[in-house]
Amino acid sequence: MPEINRRQRQKLGYTYTFLSDPKAEVIRRYDLLHRGAGPKGTDIARPAEFLIDPSGTIRWVNLTENIAVRARPEQVLKAFDEMQTKAGP
Amino acid sequence: MDPADGGGKIDVKRSWNWSLWIGFLFALAGFLSYTFFAQFPVTRDFPWANLLLFAAGGIFLVLGLFRAFGKAQVYRGKLFGPILATLGILMFGFFSYVFFYQLRQVPPSTGAPRVGQKAPDFTLLDQDGKDVALGDLVSRSKAVALIFYRGFW
Repeated sequence: MPEINRRQRQKLGYTYTFLSDPKAEVIRRYDLLHRGAGPKGTDIARPAEFLIDPSGTIRWVNLTENIAVRARPEQVLKAFDEMQTKAGP
Repeated sequence: MDPADGGGKIDVKRSWNWSLWIGFLFALAGFLSYTFFAQFPVTRDFPWANLLLFAAGGIFLVLGLFRAFGKAQVYRGKLFGPILATLGILMFGFFSYVFFYQLRQVPPSTGAPRVGQKAPDFTLLDQDGKDVALGDLVSRSKAVALIFYRGFW
């Protein structure tokens, strides 16, 4: 929920955008649904990270095999650097 | 002197088998500390710290068991040794089951967008309750990192 995101974002001092997907609609659209894996058996997303370029095209996807494993910042930044290099002048 | 003598004497010469307890505490630490070590990617992605703690626990428990049964005149622990060792094994087993099996039960997500495809557009509420469309973020950024962070284990 937006309110929870807002408090958490403030508490952690983040500046990027947090979005709420309470009905898991976007999660489903991206085929990331993890049925019953959330608190009290709610549906949530399996962890996933995407890097999208200015044309809306996906340039990098990270779908890990273990829920505990998430993309590290360095991986995303490296993917971004590679994307920039390919884009050229 | 063995109390089974029936002599009723308390044998004060046998030492406390500290190795058993140290081993058990290491195993317990290995079992309980993942949420702490999960703060650091190195020990989150693969539970090095926890496995090392379990290994240390195992070494001390084995040492303690050798002492309890091999040097029973010197060390106590014939009752507690097996109990603590069993608990240690159970904790290690459960931890391993959760991390190496249960956490890997991820849906296949074969329909997830792939590299080269367009990211499906959507509009969701941000932390201030405002509508945000992916298309807007994409058009005004050099790149958008879309992270489904799950918000839960």
